[in-house]
Amino acid sequence: MTVTSTPPVAPGRNPQLRARRLPVVAPVGIAVAAVAVAAVLVHGTGIGGAALVVALAVLLHLVGLYAASSAVEGRRRARDRTWSALIHSASVLALLPLASVVWTLVSNGLDRMDRNFFLTSMNNIGARDPHGGAYHAIVGTLEQVGIATLITVPVGIACAIYVVEYGRGGLTQLIRFFVDVMTGIPSIVAGLFVLAFWILIVSPYLNDGRPGYSGFAASLALSVLMLPTIVRSTEEMLRLVPASLREGAYALGVARWKTILRIVLPTAAPGIVTGVMLAVARAAGETAPVLLVAGGGAAINLNPFENNQSSLALFVYQQAGDASRYAPARAWAAALTLVALVLVLTITAKLLARRNRFGR
Amino acid sequence: MGDIPHRSADAGTGGPHVTPGHARSAGAALSVDPPVTPLDRTPDGAGGHTDDLDPGAGALGGGALPRRRALDAERVFQGFTMAAGMAVLGVIVAIAIFLVARAVPALNANTANFFTYQGWLPNESEPRFGIGALAFGTLLTSFLALLMAVPVALGVALYLSHYAPRRVGTVLGFLVDLLAAVPSVVFGLWGRDYLYGPVRDLSVWLNTYLGWIPIFGGDGPFGRSILLGSLVLAIMVLPIITSLSREVFLQTPTANEEAALALGATRWEMIRIAVLPYGRPGIIGATMLGLGRALGETIALAMTLGIVSTISINIIENGGNTVAANIANAFGEANDVGRGALIASGLVLFAITLVVNMTARAIIHRRREFTETAA
Repeated sequence: MTVTSTPPVAPGRNPQLRARRLPVVAPVGIAVAAVAVAAVLVHGTGIGGAALVVALAVLLHLVGLYAASSAVEGRRRARDRTWSALIHSASVLALLPLASVVWTLVSNGLDRMDRNFFLTSMNNIGARDPHGGAYHAIVGTLEQVGIATLITVPVGIACAIYVVEYGRGGLTQLIRFFVDVMTGIPSIVAGLFVLAFWILIVSPYLNDGRPGYSGFAASLALSVLMLPTIVRSTEEMLRLVPASLREGAYALGVARWKTILRIVLPTAAPGIVTGVMLAVARAAGETAPVLLVAGGGAAINLNPFENNQSSLALFVYQQAGDASRYAPARAWAAALTLVALVLVLTITAKLLARRNRFGR
Repeated sequence: MGDIPHRSADAGTGGPHVTPGHARSAGAALSVDPPVTPLDRTPDGAGGHTDDLDPGAGALGGGALPRRRALDAERVFQGFTMAAGMAVLGVIVAIAIFLVARAVPALNANTANFFTYQGWLPNESEPRFGIGALAFGTLLTSFLALLMAVPVALGVALYLSHYAPRRVGTVLGFLVDLLAAVPSVVFGLWGRDYLYGPVRDLSVWLNTYLGWIPIFGGDGPFGRSILLGSLVLAIMVLPIITSLSREVFLQTPTANEEAALALGATRWEMIRIAVLPYGRPGIIGATMLGLGRALGETIALAMTLGIVSTISINIIENGGNTVAANIANAFGEANDVGRGALIASGLVLFAITLVVNMTARAIIHRRREFTETAA
């Protein structure tokens, strides 16, 4: 407010044709003044620290900018400036916590990124033992996600083929609606379903009458979560395949199923792979369903069909709740491993999608 | 889309070189019988039978010619894909049946009112548990999270789509997409270990100076509160809402933007009259999807909330609980009734998220029609 003393119109220019503008230094000046006023106010009254100074300074800057600009340039330009400043500060505000997450993840996670962490399990690791690793959890994650992928990819792709290529009428609409419903299932509810269905009803028959937690149960829960995403993305990719390709195949006398398997699917394959990888990345990070049905466990269990198994996400959760003073380092290292795994999948999927974008 | 290849497939008759396995589809006609020319020697083409849905038709073909096998590849394949489609229906029905079947006995054993009782004691000899406080906590944390995340997310999305230099916008947009993929347990860990301190200080400050407002009242301890939980939630859903609405903003027709600018609009006015109205359904849809994600979030809240099952509008005192976080926390020591009670609460959560997601889909669907007619 106080800084806008410079004459806004340069002499010699026609004021009728050129709107008056704030000088370039004015916003900077207002910012400096805002920080100064905020600091004086906050420290003068003694009601807060540096964070309050920053918050107050941003607010004062916005008000000052609006006032100065509307005095010189008019209301419309003032609004434009204020909104622009707001949008830029929103970006900085959003960047801060996200950058903090990434920074703490990397700096804390690297502490335990050693051979021992990847080659040992938590078996016989006491509270005072600084060692111990996530081998069992990594194995668990890979097996559970792998089995879930084996289940969902054929079913999901076949379901999408039915909806796109064969479907007509009510049944297709019903399937599409239920896929939408399935997309909205919270992961914990998927876990509860497998608990109610597999652990408490089916597994006692296979396990001498006692409910058996297993990695396979976790795969089932992850399948429930992955299936709708895979159906959805495959459906979209199949719809992008040009109709002329199908027509060409039919004109050559190729059977419909063969057209779908040999012409349509290969054309859509990169997009389908992208969708599958994104679904896998999402499933690999799920904690809640694994917590309910896999049971966790400290020892290496290579058999996903019997006995408790852990997973990386569950390992992070369990170590975070552990009282040992060495547990946080293990939790962060496992979190970094998990994020690395998820990001490698996601980045590969996105790059694949970018390279093979057709029709857009 | 599926109709077009069909019709042209009908037009092309099954020629003499078509092998029996292929012939069915090539010669198959939906409604129009293919013209019988001297070339049409294969049984399927000559028979002009309608579709795979008519099982007896193939048998009526010429007797001397190869008979149609009972199990032909086309029907097997179609049956397989249809079975996969039915599997989806089956899973949903199974979820409903098994959850209800497990929940009902526990609800019958409940000695308190499921909807009004505040507290979660299903493992006692006289089980008492109620969903009220949990559902309230779920809605409150999600609402606060969206209240904080949506304005910031829209600002970031606008920055990425309309303010940042193109290259910067693309790179940052890619990074935001990646952040949307970070597992929630990582956010929970970060929130508990690093956000807790600042939030506690902020809570004390709010309590000191604004304590007369009920939501900032109380006399401690502060920190592991609704505020911390919803802040973590907000940071989690921020990338999701940002990336969805950025895509919507980028789809604004350039003609609309340029028309606004040509009329002398400032950049903000252009955004207000061209970008935001066009993107409004998309923004609402993105917000609702973020809300769906927030409602179902389990682990991050289980790690940051104070886990107290009472209804309180105080957001800075230790406490707060949500349906999903309660399931994760109470599952370990639950007996049979306890599990049933948790499953009942899961059903309620499922119902809430279902309503939210259906609304979001409806809104996004309406937008799709809007853009199609506009094009």
